[in-house]
Order: sequence, then structure tokens, then C-alpha cells
Amino acid sequence: MTKILIVDDERDVELLFRQKFRKEVRSGLLELAFAFSGDEALKLLDSEHPPAVVYVFSDINMPGMTGLELLDKVKSQFPSINVSMISAYGDTENFKKAMDSGAKEFFTKPINFDALRKEIGRIINQK
Amino acid sequence: MDFILLIIAFRFLQTHTQTKVLYPDWQGIFFKCLLAACAFLTIQIVFDSTDGLMRWTAHFINLSVIYAAYNRKEFSPLKPFVYAFSPIILVHFLQDLTRLVAPDFFHEWESWFGTAGLFAWIWLGAQFIISRKQRKALETERIKAAQQEIQFNLSQKRKDELEIQVAERTAEITAQKESLEKTLHELKSTQSQLIQSEKMASLGELTAGIAHEIQNPLNFVTNFSELNKELLDELKIELDKGDLEEIRSIVSDIVGNEEKIIHHGKRADAIVKGMLQHSRSSAGIKEATDINELADEYFRLSYHGLRAKDKSFNANMEADFDESIGMINVVAQEIGRVILNLVNNAFYAVSEKKKLLENLGNPELVSNYKPTVWLSTKATKNGIEIRVKDNGTGMPDSVKEKIFQPFFTTKPTGIGTGLGLSLSYEIVKVHGGELTVTSQTGDSKKGEDSWTEFIISISND
Repeated sequence: MTKILIVDDERDVELLFRQKFRKEVRSGLLELAFAFSGDEALKLLDSEHPPAVVYVFSDINMPGMTGLELLDKVKSQFPSINVSMISAYGDTENFKKAMDSGAKEFFTKPINFDALRKEIGRIINQK
Repeated sequence: MDFILLIIAFRFLQTHTQTKVLYPDWQGIFFKCLLAACAFLTIQIVFDSTDGLMRWTAHFINLSVIYAAYNRKEFSPLKPFVYAFSPIILVHFLQDLTRLVAPDFFHEWESWFGTAGLFAWIWLGAQFIISRKQRKALETERIKAAQQEIQFNLSQKRKDELEIQVAERTAEITAQKESLEKTLHELKSTQSQLIQSEKMASLGELTAGIAHEIQNPLNFVTNFSELNKELLDELKIELDKGDLEEIRSIVSDIVGNEEKIIHHGKRADAIVKGMLQHSRSSAGIKEATDINELADEYFRLSYHGLRAKDKSFNANMEADFDESIGMINVVAQEIGRVILNLVNNAFYAVSEKKKLLENLGNPELVSNYKPTVWLSTKATKNGIEIRVKDNGTGMPDSVKEKIFQPFFTTKPTGIGTGLGLSLSYEIVKVHGGELTVTSQTGDSKKGEDSWTEFIISISND
């Protein structure tokens, strides 16, 4: 089973992901975890040793810790975890910053779930 | 002797002002009388034998003049002197009369008549001295009066001058008043223009936040709609299969997603409406408003607006809404503007504090600092309280005193208009409420806390 963590301050994102990946979750291929802030995400990752989460998808624009700050922290504390950004702002500045900090992919909102599913499928297959 | 008195009397009458002014004809008459008296005197002296006759002539004229002094207006100037001269005239008259009628008696008492004559002359002298004294006193009096008149004229002149000055000043002041009224009118219109431009400026600040806030619900609308399309396709398949349980589950998911679509559609709608209301210049109408929703909306708009403008900006947002406050009667866009303004300022204060700490060059202080803005609502006895607190730079008392004054700003030129808080204060006042502030400044170098809290109190009526 592959566990991924989705970080977004919009709570409805959880409902959206749970329905989108209902089949994968039901078949036991995928486990979804959610955090609504960077702090919450770090706490969740820190609660498991070694971390069960292999992939973090994070929004950039969040109150408190931003997605980019979270990216840096995850990369330094848990180098093995993949991090991709999901942002409504696909501007080059954000993109460049994310890529320089070691983000795997950069998705824009509204989320293209086909592309996202492909990316997640790749992770599942890697296992 | 008696003619000398007459000469003096006629000369006096001839030169007297009354004669000159009122009876100019009499001047000649008096002069002739004067000449006559002189002639009689000469005759009396030269021809000793005429002495008796001349004496009686003199007595007759003298008594006539005394009579005239009291009965003829032309002779009236003599009146005051009758009193002085009459004893001499009377004594001489009685002396001559006695000599004529009873010469023996006269000779027997001659020395007595001489004494009486002497007293009469002393009397005349005394009267003369007294009258001179009186004249002097009168003269001083007259001079005093003249001086007073001069002084009076001077003060009158000064008064006139002052009146002219007063009139000039009055005209000046009236002109000033008119120009001030004009300026006031211009200021009032400038003020309303400024208020409008302040609104537009804050709308500009909001644009990025609005874009983000509309983008988010639209994304959800798109995503949930796509999801429902997929679910409907699955539903078709399940219908063929006839798996009722799965069908029910899919239908309930679709319904749930539809609710989300409606919710986010409305959210975007409310933001657009709020934006339009925000830019409207006319005074709005009070209506029942969900303050929590309003506060939440502007909290987010402010945050995302600042984030969009400055990528390095960030802060924690802590909202604590009292769900029991219910609907409050306010002009929603106005109170929204107040909240927006306070929240914007709060975010500004925490970002300033962060910069301040970074400039101190102590990484520990920077990492220990969690920039946070708290927004909370609370029901009070007769209304509600909205609190906006930040752990930013705080304000010294000198700033706190002026914070609600128009055009007062601590922000750099071009960033703050200095109108935000004064307008906010006005808006809350118009709502019958109060906008108050408390603040604490701590030494940032020692890592001491500083904070500022604004409280909007509104009664619900």
C-alpha cells in the first residue's frame, strides 16, 4: 500500500480526493492522509518512524507555513519523501522556487486529476 | 467824582459784547453819553460856580442809569455793578440832599458823611477785588471747560477713527469668513473624493485576494462537476448491473457533491457581490448580517491579497467565531471595510515585526517569532464584539493617541493614505458603536512580546 499526504487549507479537498481515488483506496493500493496546514503536515510525518507517507502533495498558498516552506522542511527532515506542489498560481517564480527546492512535479489548479492519477500510478508501480 | 463813574459805565456799555452784537445802534448813543459825561466833568472842574448844578445833574443821570440797568435790556450788562457802585451814588446823593435841605444839620454831621463816603469807596474796592477774584475763578473754569472740550473733541475724533477701523476690520473678517466658508466647502468635497479614492485604493489592494478567493471556489465547482460526471457514468454501469447498494452510495455521493458545487458557487457569488458593494459610494442600508461569515471573508481576502502582492509575506491566521451571535443589523460592506482595514493593518504589523527581527541578525529570535493575526467575535450583553489582534510591532502611546486622526499614518509615503482607521472609526460611530485600541510594545531585542488589539463593539438594535 502506498500512503500519500495531501496538504491544503481548503477542507473540501479531502472530499474531492477521497472520491477521485475511491477505487484505488478501496482496492487497498492507496492510502490517503490529509493535513490542513504545513505544521499539521510536519506533525503527521513526524508521528511515524519511519514515515509511512511516501509522497506529499502540497498547496503553496496557505496561512502560516507556506507550501514552499513545507517543501524545504520535508526535504531536509525526510529526504526520501517525494514532494509535489499544487497551486492556483502557476507563475514561473513559484515554479522555479519549487523545482530548485527539490519538488518532483508542479500541478496547477483546478487539478487535472488525470495527470495526478498518472503520477500516483507511477509511485504505486514503483513499489 | 460822580461823572467819572458815568464815564466808566458808558465806556463799559459801549465796548460790551452784548451791545456790539445785539444793539449796534446803541454803541453810538453810549459814546455820545460818554462824551457828554466828559463835557459835564470838564465844566464842573473849570467853572467852580456850576458845581452844585453839576452835582445834581450827575445824581439824576446816575439814578436814571441804575433804573435803566434793571429795566432796559440795553443797560443790563451794568446790573452786576450796580451793587458795587450804588452805595457811593446813594451816599453822595444823600450828602448833597442834606446840604440843600438842612445845611446846619449837614455841617454838624459833615464828618459822618465823609466817613460814609469813605466806606462806600472801600465797599466799591472790596467789590472790585471780589469780582476780580470771581472773574479769575470763572476764567480758570472757562479754560478748564475749553480744555475739556478739546479733549472731548480729540476723543470724538479718535472714536470716529476707531469706528472706521472697526468697519474696515468687519469687512475684512466678513471677507475672510466667506473665503473660509468656500474653503470648507472645497475641503468637504475633497474629503468625499478622498473617501471614495480610499475605497478604490483598498479595492485595488483586494483585487489579488479577490482573484484568489474566486479562483478557489471555481476550482471546486469544476472539480466536483467533473467528479459528478464520472459518477454518473459509473451510475449507468451500476444500473445495468443492478447493484442497488452501490447505486445508492453513488447517488448520495452525487448529491453531496452537488451541495458542494452550490456552496462554492455561492461563495464566489458572495465575493463578487461584496467587491461591488465595497466600491459603491452611496451609504448602504442596515440589514441582518452574518458577522462571522463577513469577518471570515474579509480575513481571507486580506490575507490572500497581501500574499499575492508580496510572496515573502506570511502569517498565521487564527479565527475564533462565536456562533451564538446570530444575525446583526449592520451595513455589511461598511463593517466589512472596517474589518478589512484592521486585518490589513494587523498583517502589516506582523510583517514589519518580522523584518525588524531579521534585521537584528539573531536567527533565534526570527525562528521563535510566529507572526499571527487573531480575529474573533463574541456576543456581549447588548450586542457583539469583534476583536482583531496581532503580535506585530505594537504601538507606543504617542502613536496610539493619533491613530484615529485623518491622514495620520506610520506607513511609508505612498503605502498608507492615513484615512483607513479614521474612516473605520467614523463607520463604527455611525453604527452607534465604538472602536477602541489597546497595545503593548516590548523590547524586540530581548524577545519581549508586543501586540495590538482593536475592538469593534456594536450593539444590536
